[in-house]
Amino acid sequence: MSQPSSIQRRFPWHILFFLAPGLLIYVTFSVYPLLDTLWLGLFQEDATGQRFFAGISNYQTLLLDAAWSEPFWNALWNNTKFFIIHMLVQNPIGLFLAALLSSPRLRLSNTYRTLIFMPTMLSVVIIGFVWQLLLSPIWGISEGFLYSIGLGQYFDAWLGKESSSLITLALISVWQFVGIPMMLIYAAMLSIPDDLIDASVVDGSNAWQTFWNIKLPLILPTIGMVSILTFVANFNAFELVYAVKGALAGPNFSSDIMGTLFYRTFFGFQLQSGSITMGAAVATLMFLIILVGVMLYLFVVQRRMKRFQL
Amino acid sequence: MSTPVKGIATRLGSLSLGLMLATSSVGAWSAEKLVIESWRNDDSKIWNDIIIPAFNQQHPDIELVFSPTPPSDYNSALQAKLQGGTAGDLITCRPFDVSLSLYTKGNLQDLSNLAGMENFSDFARSAWVTDDGKETFCLPMASVIHGFIYNKELFAELNLEVPKTESEFFKVLETIKSESRYVPLVMGTSDQWESATMGFQNIGPNYWKGEAGRRALIDGSEKLTDPQYVKVWEQMAKWGPYMGRGYEAQKYADSQNLFTLGRGVIYPAGSWDIPTFNDQADFEFAAFPPPVPDGQDSCYISDHTDIAMGINAASPNKEAARTFLTWMASKDFAELYSNQLPGFFSLSNHQIEIKDPVAQQFLGWRQDCEQTIRNSYQILSRGTPSMENELWNVSTQVLNGTLSPEDAAKQVEAGLQQWYAPHQ
Repeated sequence: MSQPSSIQRRFPWHILFFLAPGLLIYVTFSVYPLLDTLWLGLFQEDATGQRFFAGISNYQTLLLDAAWSEPFWNALWNNTKFFIIHMLVQNPIGLFLAALLSSPRLRLSNTYRTLIFMPTMLSVVIIGFVWQLLLSPIWGISEGFLYSIGLGQYFDAWLGKESSSLITLALISVWQFVGIPMMLIYAAMLSIPDDLIDASVVDGSNAWQTFWNIKLPLILPTIGMVSILTFVANFNAFELVYAVKGALAGPNFSSDIMGTLFYRTFFGFQLQSGSITMGAAVATLMFLIILVGVMLYLFVVQRRMKRFQL
Repeated sequence: MSTPVKGIATRLGSLSLGLMLATSSVGAWSAEKLVIESWRNDDSKIWNDIIIPAFNQQHPDIELVFSPTPPSDYNSALQAKLQGGTAGDLITCRPFDVSLSLYTKGNLQDLSNLAGMENFSDFARSAWVTDDGKETFCLPMASVIHGFIYNKELFAELNLEVPKTESEFFKVLETIKSESRYVPLVMGTSDQWESATMGFQNIGPNYWKGEAGRRALIDGSEKLTDPQYVKVWEQMAKWGPYMGRGYEAQKYADSQNLFTLGRGVIYPAGSWDIPTFNDQADFEFAAFPPPVPDGQDSCYISDHTDIAMGINAASPNKEAARTFLTWMASKDFAELYSNQLPGFFSLSNHQIEIKDPVAQQFLGWRQDCEQTIRNSYQILSRGTPSMENELWNVSTQVLNGTLSPEDAAKQVEAGLQQWYAPHQ
């Protein structure tokens, strides 16, 4: 290849041209609002609505003043519990369902797949309403159902108790979203070449060994991705708690998560007047928490993960 | 009438049928259009079919559009519209600080010398005046009264008398519980606000002596840890066993349904429940005021100033808006509003006749009992933590039996101490 060196490489305008629309939309609707939020968190408003620069005082109030920090840590801890429940229940069940679905001996697997994925597509408000009715001690069917299988004495007004409302909400959310890990892991399992499985069978491994030694290592990157998606979605969660328990996320803030705390701060609630700047500070902290989580995953977990060329 | 031309046009219109067409077209050409911002989307029909036509009979040259937002979005949506300059001309005012902050930010007009404002007492205006009481920025529309609504047929079936004192009240509840399968006291704590509003603020004024106690709380001479406040929570702590199974997860709509289906007997109510019950209950119901503590002669009720109307300071049609508000201060409007929406009682001084029997009962208590408003609404919910939010939270826990009355009082008082100087 003898390229005449006198010809200058032209600037690749076409690349810019093709990138521009996406970049423009991303910058206007994602980057700009994000930066503006970060900036807004550094301001305060006086009684007449005048904004003035206040440095990090919003964050000092939020993290050091007991009136703000207690709800904040409470919401963060509740949110962590919400996430742990998803990781312990939603993702293992998703993995289990995906393993079942990918079994060649299962009939009607497409039907099951669609049915299990269905709740994910429904509005959270509908999910919240339906589950409130199902679990209602007044009109609900759960109590009768539990009695019919002999567990009636364990029924309680779970959504209304301080000890159980967050767990119940998390399980409702698990029920709704279990389809997503299932689908992603299922797709990853389908992409495992059959000859690998065949080879393992020829080598004498049983079903469990095949799963543990062949399939699981191959789908591990997908499980990692599912975990990080769960993390981001959980720390941004809001709708379900708001739909079922309202913005005060009771009883005694036992179901208060970052999203509801942000809502109360930003928009205000009943007589508590909203503060746009304080709300921006809460939103920034939510962003930072998610950022740190994602960074930890990217730099600590993902780098050590082995990937196999299939 | 803002201009003579319109005045003439209207007069001609009322003179002859033949001129009607011409007048209305003149009216349409010169009409000033006013948009009303409100959270009362339940009332759209009444505004569009009754109130606005009634106003237009007298003022055909002003066109009114009722444009409500759902209650939970109202404050934030209004804020955004005011900032963006797209808010309507007339703004329905929430009581106290939400509206006060709009006024201090310059979004609402001073209405102190609006024609018709003289029809409202200081008590009626209290929710929409500056802290020094000098400027009024919204025209009071209505208040709501708290009490208990009961199922008359079930009372007859169980041979019950309307309770007047605290001990009679619990005797009635005990009878219902032991002699029937009905839910004695229909209320849930899932939505939390009922605990504070229909519980604490409903029975409380009898203990803290209405306005006297409310003012003492604001100036700091009384504390929430004082016995008269702790006693309210002590009473509420006794309600739990009489509320329906699983009341911790029972929502407001569940309670309304339980009562209107005839499965419960006594419903801690706000007068705004009357229209719903009129629609849904096929039995007779009536109301009684919060029972007084044993041995107390005077009674106090929560007659809460809840809704008012102000003028957007940025409105181009302020004259027309003032005309409308002056009409709203008239006896006609008071009668129309109170009868179309039984349970919302006009705050004006006009003597009006209310046709709904249960609403009449509620209104009748104004003669016998002292009135007060909810004690958390003025000033005390301004800081963080907001006393109103705290009351929802602790009252719910007291009803659920997870917090003792003393601790409830301590928690709310500690909240006030964090930011309110008179309590420090």
